[in-house]
Amino acid sequence: MQTRATNPELDTRTIAVEPKATRGHGEGTLAVGQVLEQRYQILGVLGMGGMSAVYQARDLRFPSVTKLCAVKEIINLAPDPQLRAIAVQNFEREANILATLSHPAIPKVYDYFSERDRSYLVIEYIDGQDLEAYLADFQGLLQQEVVLDWGIQLCQVLAYLHSHNPSIVFRDMKPSNVMLDKHDEIRLVDFGIAKLFQSGQKGTMIGTEGYSPPEQYRGVADPRGDIYALGATLHHLLTKQDPRVEPPFSFHERPIKAAHPAVSDQFVEIINRALEYEPEKRWTSIVEMQSALEALRGTSGGPIAKTGTVRMSSSEIEPLWVFACEDEVRSNPVVSEGIVYVGAYDNNLYALDAQSGQFKWKYPTEGGLASSPCVWQDRVFIGSEDNSLYCINAQTGRIVWTCPTQGYVRSSPRVEYNHVFFGSDDHHLYAANVQTGRVAWKSDTEGPVRSRPAIGDESVYFGCEDGAIYAVDIRGVLRWRFTTKRAVTSSPALYEGVLYIGSGDHTIYALDVRSGWAVWRLRTGKPVISSPAVAKGTVFVGSVDHSVYALDARTGRQVWKFSTDNQVTSSPAVFEDAVYFGSVDGNVYSVDARTGTLRWRVRTGGPVTSSPAIAEGVIYIGSTDRRVYALVA
Amino acid sequence: MPTNNPAPTIQLGPSQPAARHSISTGLKVGRASDVGHVRDHNEDVLLTLETSQLGDQAIEPLGLFVLADGMGGHQAGEIASALAVRVVAYHLTNAILRPYLFNEARDASQPPLSEALVSAVEAANKAVHDQVPGGGTTLTCALILGRRAYLAHVGDSRAYLWTDNRLRQITKDHSLVDRLVELGQISSGEAQSHPQRNVLYRAVGQGEALEVDTYMEPLPDRYRLLLCCDGLWGMVSEDQLAQVLRSAATPQEACDQLIETANAAGGQDNITAVVVEP
Repeated sequence: MQTRATNPELDTRTIAVEPKATRGHGEGTLAVGQVLEQRYQILGVLGMGGMSAVYQARDLRFPSVTKLCAVKEIINLAPDPQLRAIAVQNFEREANILATLSHPAIPKVYDYFSERDRSYLVIEYIDGQDLEAYLADFQGLLQQEVVLDWGIQLCQVLAYLHSHNPSIVFRDMKPSNVMLDKHDEIRLVDFGIAKLFQSGQKGTMIGTEGYSPPEQYRGVADPRGDIYALGATLHHLLTKQDPRVEPPFSFHERPIKAAHPAVSDQFVEIINRALEYEPEKRWTSIVEMQSALEALRGTSGGPIAKTGTVRMSSSEIEPLWVFACEDEVRSNPVVSEGIVYVGAYDNNLYALDAQSGQFKWKYPTEGGLASSPCVWQDRVFIGSEDNSLYCINAQTGRIVWTCPTQGYVRSSPRVEYNHVFFGSDDHHLYAANVQTGRVAWKSDTEGPVRSRPAIGDESVYFGCEDGAIYAVDIRGVLRWRFTTKRAVTSSPALYEGVLYIGSGDHTIYALDVRSGWAVWRLRTGKPVISSPAVAKGTVFVGSVDHSVYALDARTGRQVWKFSTDNQVTSSPAVFEDAVYFGSVDGNVYSVDARTGTLRWRVRTGGPVTSSPAIAEGVIYIGSTDRRVYALVA
Repeated sequence: MPTNNPAPTIQLGPSQPAARHSISTGLKVGRASDVGHVRDHNEDVLLTLETSQLGDQAIEPLGLFVLADGMGGHQAGEIASALAVRVVAYHLTNAILRPYLFNEARDASQPPLSEALVSAVEAANKAVHDQVPGGGTTLTCALILGRRAYLAHVGDSRAYLWTDNRLRQITKDHSLVDRLVELGQISSGEAQSHPQRNVLYRAVGQGEALEVDTYMEPLPDRYRLLLCCDGLWGMVSEDQLAQVLRSAATPQEACDQLIETANAAGGQDNITAVVVEP
């Protein structure tokens, strides 16, 4: 139910008929059988609005046949007699203009008269259905060819109105004012008169016109307003989104193709131009818009002269260098002081020159390296499936110490407060002295810890395969634990006091770091193994459902979503205005951080589960094709 | 070459006492509601719910502030706003206050804070729609928990945050004129006196589907949060609001001065405000 105001003022007459009844039937309605002017016999009610009604009537001047007509009744609500008289005068002047119009799409005006506080217009009866009702009855989306044809017919009749001297501006274009008759021809009804809100209305009102252009609220009524309203009408017909219940002027935020993907780009362009906020940017005339629509119908998608964005084709990028290891590179590289450190499943930790890819050294551990190294000062730390965490001299590749655990070390370490924090498949999170490798403490959990810990505010945060996200203080004492329904392999990201992490239960969580309360969450289609990256108030994270999501960090609202052809377990990395990540579909992607549009894509020989490292404008990433790639950002 | 580690080393080990976060005892709240000079009844409603605790093991204070400005003829306005506010408070008491007090374990099966706020407003929407025909209301609610304010909002009542000597409007008005200002069709000055300044495109109680805006604001050590209806912001300039929030000695004084200023400017509508500081 919408609370609509009615307007008793003069140049704001309403003959708009609303299909939904907003007043009780019987409140001053004409009765069936009642005769007006001794000529028009009321047969029934066709529609009712706030201060108007349309009846089906029979013209008794033709007694031997049933000549049908439509009688519009407008209740004159002007508060005082003088204003009422002026309202009647305006109505009659308008009726005279209508009587002179002659166009197949415009119903004929036969008569008009006024009685007491009501005025009547007798017009051609149209046997048909208005487009608002048609759209409501129609299952599914309308075919664009049908809407295109209607659009052209509407342009034709608007062009006829605009071509008068002075121009007649329709001012009330919307689906409920367009009827489809029994020959499938478009008929424009209820025109010439605008519906404005009662000014000086006390209190707040709810509901807007939806189809009216912004300048109409400043009192401007010119033909380009009809162009906007036609665009709004076509948008509604194609998307089935009623602009009266959406935020005003939000057509550009609700792209046609999002609701109706089959609509051609050219048709969308034509409608978008009609919907420009500034009249100067719209089609300069309805005739111009009509030509564009006809050209679209005539050819099958011929080019339309329009300034628009040119779609950039994804170009092939040549890598800076490529290095082949002896087995899959599943983990993430790390760059420090011009050296790329990366572990491979061949058990080796490699150190490569960042600029040239030249091999510097490799350190053989006794087990596969699934996690990423961490560099601190002159040390590189990496966990191995031989159950140990290794500390290796970054320059020479010589071992400094190892820290053994009881299970695979698949978690990537983090160094802070002179300690290195890492998880193990033996169900513990370890804190080891960075110089000696001696264990300071270990925290108990109920599953393997593969997530990389995040550290802030003297606390350590990490996910666990037991489904929980843990927060422990720097003594390893539990502060809080947030339980999800599946394993948490993803590593947390901290930003402005909120922790962002993904879970195998398909959900991305934002948790308050102090209390562990969930602030928001977003469900994706499949498990989230990728770790989020946060930059400039946006959270970027991939999902097994093939997509990378960009979400507003504060509210969790989706900014965009980018789909690849397979799972995204790689964690995105952000550099300047782009997001970089790999997909199991074998590609490394660069996507615009703001809009989610593809910048470039590089094909590798196998799934890319590794996450990129970025340094000096170069992206380093590994692939299961055994290679490490260096790509220019 | 080893570089000096600038970060301090923290000794880990069982001898170190646990870090203690400082917790304030409670929020300071000012409240005021006035019928104004023109209207004869007050369709605004304000509900506040706060906890404060003293003691070493005290938990952080929680504050819930719900403001509604009702509309619709024949008392529908007051009934709608009063109903909406109570339904919101009821739902948030169950979803947030109870688990917070009982320190229940954090679980993915509990709705996150922003979802709890949205559900509460949706419940209020259904209640007003079902029980108050012809009635509608704005609704702006703020939950302060620890260092953050979480807001849910529909309509043209407003939340402002005064911090760092600056006043900032947090919420977006769901009004036609706000869209026109956004599009550059009119200036915000023109919006104040525009004939359609009271037209909303979104309100609580209007229909089945309601889109609720949510906000999350980190709170610094010193701030004043203001929730108010259009009876205040429509009559008083932003500079005047900032001036009062800056200079008033207490939140209650701030509220009282805001009401006075709005009435001095004409008091065309009901005036309601709540001011919160840590």
